[in-house]
Amino acid sequence: MDKDKLNRIAEKKALWQEQAGSASERGEPFKTVSNRPVGALYTPVDTAGLDYEEDLGFPGSYPYTRGVQTNMYRGRIWTMRQFSGFGDAFDSNSRYRYLLEQGQTGLSVAFDMPTIMGYDSDSERSIGEVGRCGVAIDSLEDMEALFSGIPLDRVTTSMTINGPAAILWCMYLANAEKQGVSLDRVGGTIQNDILKEYIAQKSWIFPPEPSMRLITDIFSFAADHVPRWNTISISGYHIREAGSTAAQELAFTLADGFAYVEAGIKAGLDVDRFAPRLSFFFNAHIDFFEEVCKYRAARRIWARRMKECYGARDERSLKLRFHTQTAGCSLTAREPENNIIRTALEALSAVMGGTQSLHTNSMDEVLALPTEKAVKIALRTQQVIAYESGVANTIDPLAGSYFVEALTDRLEAEAEEYFRKIEDLGGVLAAIDQGFFQQEIADAAYDYQQSVDRGELTVVGVNRYNTEEKTQIELLKIDPQVEEKQVKRLRELKEKRDSEAVRRSLENLKKCAAGSDNLIPVILEAVKVYATEGEIVSSLKEVFGEYREKPLF
Amino acid sequence: MSSKKIRILVAKPGLDGHDRGARVVARALRDAGFEVIYTGLHQTPEQVAETALQEDVDVVGLSILSGAHMTLVPRIKKMLLENGMSDVLLVVGGIIPEDDAEELIEGGSADRVFTPGDPLDKITGYISSRFE
Repeated sequence: MDKDKLNRIAEKKALWQEQAGSASERGEPFKTVSNRPVGALYTPVDTAGLDYEEDLGFPGSYPYTRGVQTNMYRGRIWTMRQFSGFGDAFDSNSRYRYLLEQGQTGLSVAFDMPTIMGYDSDSERSIGEVGRCGVAIDSLEDMEALFSGIPLDRVTTSMTINGPAAILWCMYLANAEKQGVSLDRVGGTIQNDILKEYIAQKSWIFPPEPSMRLITDIFSFAADHVPRWNTISISGYHIREAGSTAAQELAFTLADGFAYVEAGIKAGLDVDRFAPRLSFFFNAHIDFFEEVCKYRAARRIWARRMKECYGARDERSLKLRFHTQTAGCSLTAREPENNIIRTALEALSAVMGGTQSLHTNSMDEVLALPTEKAVKIALRTQQVIAYESGVANTIDPLAGSYFVEALTDRLEAEAEEYFRKIEDLGGVLAAIDQGFFQQEIADAAYDYQQSVDRGELTVVGVNRYNTEEKTQIELLKIDPQVEEKQVKRLRELKEKRDSEAVRRSLENLKKCAAGSDNLIPVILEAVKVYATEGEIVSSLKEVFGEYREKPLF
Repeated sequence: MSSKKIRILVAKPGLDGHDRGARVVARALRDAGFEVIYTGLHQTPEQVAETALQEDVDVVGLSILSGAHMTLVPRIKKMLLENGMSDVLLVVGGIIPEDDAEELIEGGSADRVFTPGDPLDKITGYISSRFE
């Protein structure tokens, strides 16, 4: 558009603004859920710098702003992947089979806290936590039960596991082999993102250096033997849930991504050998447009950096593929049915933003793990968006909107500003060590809560239109016997396995950990002789030590 | 509020790492004029009771989002009693179903339970009211 025309539009907008006047506006701040102001009207002036070919391009082409696949949802609808797991492996196995029968297209395993933190179910630290917020997995025997009757060559599985990711992954691979599925045909994802654990989710085990080594060992082993596996899911989800803004989620997640790329390169791997298997995981919060723009900006930033800073040439290394989960932190315990609507809007933003897979939260997850009925509604929400609403017919349908393009640019600029700050602090690990991310997120979380408490941000049923009436909904109860049963099973396993083989495998593991060889083959060897997760983690702790955080608030 | 500052221990027992609530509440309590000590993550019940004793607190606030509240809260209450801290106010926050909250309160383990969506001034107001 020529300059004169833009000037005319700017003048006319000023005139319009005078007429509209602020007096007639509702007396509340117009801002996003991230506390960022939003204008009343956007025009070509706001997108004057946009170059279609350079900044947007075509779906499946650099810089991938409009999507990573050429056809997007016209080719294939996103994977509907509900995160689930509770009780013991048998309880979760029946839920997985139920979800697959209902048309779910991929599995996503939630582990209980002892599994996430590397403790066996019979540990003193596990009392009261076994099977509570995910499934309890202690050994390969549990993994076999978890996927019993589920063909691992046809279903892909995502596993939310970080500190002990290598161990659970090895159990999955060993189980696939037992099912007769060769490793080159196994597909799935492990979260394996330790940096965001230090930053936000706080489920760490080892210190940063050995943790990064485990991660690059996984990159390397997968490149050679498990080519269809997504070796990491670099996660903004937990950063956002911990209270960050959209821009912080975007910036910190991508900064983590760059740190993993740098670690891989430093470990001697060619960038195009491992980068194609990096994947991402974002939050879908309630502010619709801010979220759509966040995903679009993420793709563009990643592609440019990978090409320009890290010299990636394989176009798969440039494509930011991501999973999305709707925002647990946006849900309310009051009037939980309203959460169905929140989740639907959030899921819609993820779809408009071009997600590759999606988890929709159940309405009751703010109170407990979801019931079968609540999960079914959540899955149906995705199916209605996919097959009834028509939004999947056109690729990146919001592109070209003055508002959407301006907001995409603004988020990108905010992220770039953060990248500079992180670099000034000495990189991601140094910034973690200085508590930079943790403090930024804590500040944003406190700002948000105060905005809600002051009524500047509305939460329906909580700080507006709240009634005192209590809503009774049915909740999932975890059988209190689960812990007892799981501990008994574990004791029986320890009786019947070849304890000499276990002892030898753990010795090998410690030796390898003290050296620099790839750890995956020795972990695989240990899980195959039924060494437990807790035993493997304890052995590694002897060599690696444990991470401690300075408690800040 | 009395002239002596009320001392509150905000604690994260158990294995879950969700510290957003604990940290936001700790800050709100501090801003409301309380003396706040935050334990950090992954505390055992023994560690929580020990810190409460060492710090000589008036209130213990437990944040639990892992579903282990029915085990952890009674254990911590018992240990506080063993430490002779029977008059300490014990407040819990987290993903706690209403039935469980009632059971914890009726069983004498907790004085009050807060859940997601409760405004900060409800929490600070409750604690202040208990020391008027």
